Amino acid sequence: MSDVVVLDYGAGNTRSVRAALTHLGHTSVVSSDPNVIVRAEWLILPGVGSARSAMAHLHASGAVGALRERFARNRPMLGICLGMQLALEMSDEDGGVEGLGLLEGRVERMTDRRVPRFGWAHVDPWDETYYFAHSYACIAPDRVATSEAVTAAVQRGSFLGVQFHPEKSGGAGLEFLDQCLSRA
Amino acid sequence: MPLARLIPCLDVRHGRVVKGVNFVGLRDVGDPVELATFYSDGGADELVLLDISATPDDVVTMTSVVADVADVLEIPFTVGGGVRSVADATRLIESGADRVSLNSAAIADPSLIEAIARRYGSQAVVVAIDAGDGVVHTHGGRVATEVETIAWAVEAAERGAGEILLTSIRCDGRRQGFDLELTRAVRDAISIPVIASGGAGSAQHVAAALEVADAALVASIVHENPSGLPGLRREIEQWGITLRSVKEHR
Repeated sequence: MSDVVVLDYGAGNTRSVRAALTHLGHTSVVSSDPNVIVRAEWLILPGVGSARSAMAHLHASGAVGALRERFARNRPMLGICLGMQLALEMSDEDGGVEGLGLLEGRVERMTDRRVPRFGWAHVDPWDETYYFAHSYACIAPDRVATSEAVTAAVQRGSFLGVQFHPEKSGGAGLEFLDQCLSRA
Repeated sequence: MPLARLIPCLDVRHGRVVKGVNFVGLRDVGDPVELATFYSDGGADELVLLDISATPDDVVTMTSVVADVADVLEIPFTVGGGVRSVADATRLIESGADRVSLNSAAIADPSLIEAIARRYGSQAVVVAIDAGDGVVHTHGGRVATEVETIAWAVEAAERGAGEILLTSIRCDGRRQGFDLELTRAVRDAISIPVIASGGAGSAQHVAAALEVADAALVASIVHENPSGLPGLRREIEQWGITLRSVKEHR
């Protein structure tokens, strides 16, 4: 059995995340099957697609309940970009979308800067530079890292979410993924 | 703001990189995967792969190039050239491209911008503008339209483009520096980022472009630089632009 399951939202590019996992010696599979989601050793919610279509796909496949069950059982999960944003209660994207509600907080469009916010930026207090590509940002009490006054990471229980793309952040990103997946 | 980005562009024809790339130590200078890795290792912040084949058969070839590159590259990359429909964008994005770049096809059918942005998000859509004499040119810069450059940049942003790749036809290939005035005018008119392109002849030129734009696209200056991309990046930093420091994994 593959040790990492990459959650399928029915749209976009999961290839890059899987390539990074392969590079780090992990096997992975893409799935939206509730049983697979609950039982996976590690689950990654990738950063592709839009909030509305992703949530619609997760409801249709029965993955929403499985994700909540997984969180309640304290099984490790990593959300990347949209995958982090979906874990909150509410997103302003696509005219307003209800999220998974694993963590408190909401997702708002950034209005104080040029968006999309593209590029490599410093993350505090981790003292590392990662690649960002986003127009919306998390307003959440469980924030554990920031980048230029934007939420860069949230954590609660077994869920860790990052706004940046570790799979697109070169050596620093691989190191992050490696460390993340080696804690259980 | 995130750090300024330096983006090498690889021209690809029939699945092979073309145009004067000449580095010692490369086994196959025409292999897109080897070159993409080479530039990624050298500190590229992103890459652009531009398909210049312009025959329908090459969409299939390009799709497999994109998949091969995506499997080894750990930085973002944009694919342009020959993206004429949502289906083209889907094929490239699902093969691993982070973004697609639209040029002539967006002028012919501006709703294509919205259609791709709705499906994959604005961050997945770059609109490339070849600008000359105040108007947009299509078909590789050969055909002048009546569409005004700045008005088109504004419309593209309103329709959901996530970034503008702005090439000055006057400056492109002349190595006398970027069109800073045009770049500044376009960037001031919109609220999405702008990649400056066309005219890089020295590190100083690139640094000047990065003062007014969010990113700079470079081709021959990096393909032909004897000290490679790391050397060019060091020189740019000497002109006062901070670029990311590259970290190797293990």
